[in-house]
Amino acid sequence: MNKQLFMGVVAIILLIAVPFFFSLFYLNLLAEILILAIFALSLNVLVGYTGLVSLGHAAFFGIGAYASALLAKEWSPQFLLTLLASILAAAAAAAIIGLFCVKANGFYFLMLTLAFSQMIYSFVHQSTTITGGSNGLSGLPSPMLGPVDLSNPVFLYYSILFMFVIVYIVLGLIVKSPFGHVLIGIRENEMRMKAMGYNTALYKYIAFMIAGAIGGISGALYSSLNGFVSPNDVYWTMSGSVLIMVLIGGAGTMIGPVLGAAFIVVLETIVSSYTTVWTMIIGIIFILFVVFMPQGLVGFARMFQKLAIHRLLVSQKGAKSLVNNEANQ
Amino acid sequence: MDIIAAQLVNGVSYGMLLFVITCGLSLVFGILGVLNLAHGSLYMIGAYVAYTLTTQRFENFWLALIIAPLIVAVLSLIIELILLRPTYHLGHLSQVLLTFGLAYVIHDVTSIIWGSDVLSIPLPPFLSETLHFFHQEFPAYRLFVIVAGVVLASCLWFVQEKTRWGAIIRAGLSDKEMISALGVNIKLVFTVVFLVGGYLAGLGGVIASPILGLYPSMEFQTLILALVVLVVGGLGSIAGTFVASLVVGIVETFGRFLVPELSLFLVFALMAVILISKPNGLLGKKVMKH
Repeated sequence: MNKQLFMGVVAIILLIAVPFFFSLFYLNLLAEILILAIFALSLNVLVGYTGLVSLGHAAFFGIGAYASALLAKEWSPQFLLTLLASILAAAAAAAIIGLFCVKANGFYFLMLTLAFSQMIYSFVHQSTTITGGSNGLSGLPSPMLGPVDLSNPVFLYYSILFMFVIVYIVLGLIVKSPFGHVLIGIRENEMRMKAMGYNTALYKYIAFMIAGAIGGISGALYSSLNGFVSPNDVYWTMSGSVLIMVLIGGAGTMIGPVLGAAFIVVLETIVSSYTTVWTMIIGIIFILFVVFMPQGLVGFARMFQKLAIHRLLVSQKGAKSLVNNEANQ
Repeated sequence: MDIIAAQLVNGVSYGMLLFVITCGLSLVFGILGVLNLAHGSLYMIGAYVAYTLTTQRFENFWLALIIAPLIVAVLSLIIELILLRPTYHLGHLSQVLLTFGLAYVIHDVTSIIWGSDVLSIPLPPFLSETLHFFHQEFPAYRLFVIVAGVVLASCLWFVQEKTRWGAIIRAGLSDKEMISALGVNIKLVFTVVFLVGGYLAGLGGVIASPILGLYPSMEFQTLILALVVLVVGGLGSIAGTFVASLVVGIVETFGRFLVPELSLFLVFALMAVILISKPNGLLGKKVMKH
């Protein structure tokens, strides 16, 4: 436990130190990773802990992004205000969509979330007067934190890092709480949880709202970072990539989605400088992960750890038997 | 009155279009228990192959209608043998994710081969005419789609209800372990059903693309339409898919006619209402958990 805390503190310190050592390019890359990591973490509440595979999580990302962008453009670019608006908008959307979706299980859930997110996408795409249609909204004013202008990338990076740490800690606490354990129980065996007297539908509904609200945070941060939003933020490709991030990283673990987000963003940055068939490459990588590493990067790391420990034990045994043999001789 | 009759014909035609697109997905889901998220991609390949055949090889729509679905069927046979058969032990959810990854791969493959322009399939002369009745003009192709849908539905009904293969499929729907205990090679059944599903997807691509058009990312538009129909009709029921296609087609057409700006919401609202009142869809079995 203490080791985990120690690692966390070291990671945060390293992340704080980044602007002092790396160029703006890497800073932006890292900011994007952190935002998508928040997004992946929010989906992980559903996919990893509650066992509900959603293929429409971009709905909340997009709602957060658009809510933040609209508020910044029309009214006030105050960072905390736009963030709050995004959370509320995304949570409200999740409250409505969740009413329908949590009734469903398995593939029904997957299809319903996909359908609802596509519905929001077509709304965003069609209503040109509010959302700018296929052009999206551009030229957003740079976010302000009180009197401080966050157009400075370093300040913005720190705000994003701060939000990431908060989200990570809050979600970590939720997952470890009795509430989180009920979610895990639903993932493992919903019938049994029902039989034990838990109102599983309510738990799923709350989990859906939490996931939606945090998805909204990531969307708001994304629009603040880029200075524009486009309908692509709501499109199924976004839902698809975040699901892939969670599954490649390792669903049902806290660090997995973060690793997955980092893996995908870094890979995309490297690959797209060589070729345009990024979609195909991510598809192939995803298929390989599903077949050969269903536990994701985290599972891979664990396997490696086990293997290393095993080797160590074997070599110790070997050494001991060697010593024994020598003694016998 | 004439207008309503005309819209009804349009609605039925659109519904049959949806049925042609969805029946393969429904069949595969019913038997394999795998929601094939690459169904839209197979549909897209069918449409693009038909485009190549009609514009560059034979310039004959009917030949394309025969050949393109066969090519897609061969492709889905390969997919089943390489990707799905070795992974049945992973569970249905993993297989759904595999088909999702596949959809990503096919998305880029088609844009490499066919580019990302909007294309259209030329129709044979007598199908591109317009007919007159109810004092309205109807493209002949819409009537062709209705005929195609009805023929396809009757064929599927006949195979499922009247043949030995259909009996095996129906048995497989209700109890897979039992049917394999009775000496049926269930793996072979899976392969054949997936192949037929691919064939139907390709057929849907050829029949639907003159109306819906060919463009990049068409596969997910189609997939989502198909999923809506599937959910409304109930998972794993061809009859349900047929009824749902008609209902969705007619609702969408009338919606577009009466309240154009809400037509899309109307379909989703219909889906929501049906899911609340009948969680398993109109004619669906009880929801299976993966």
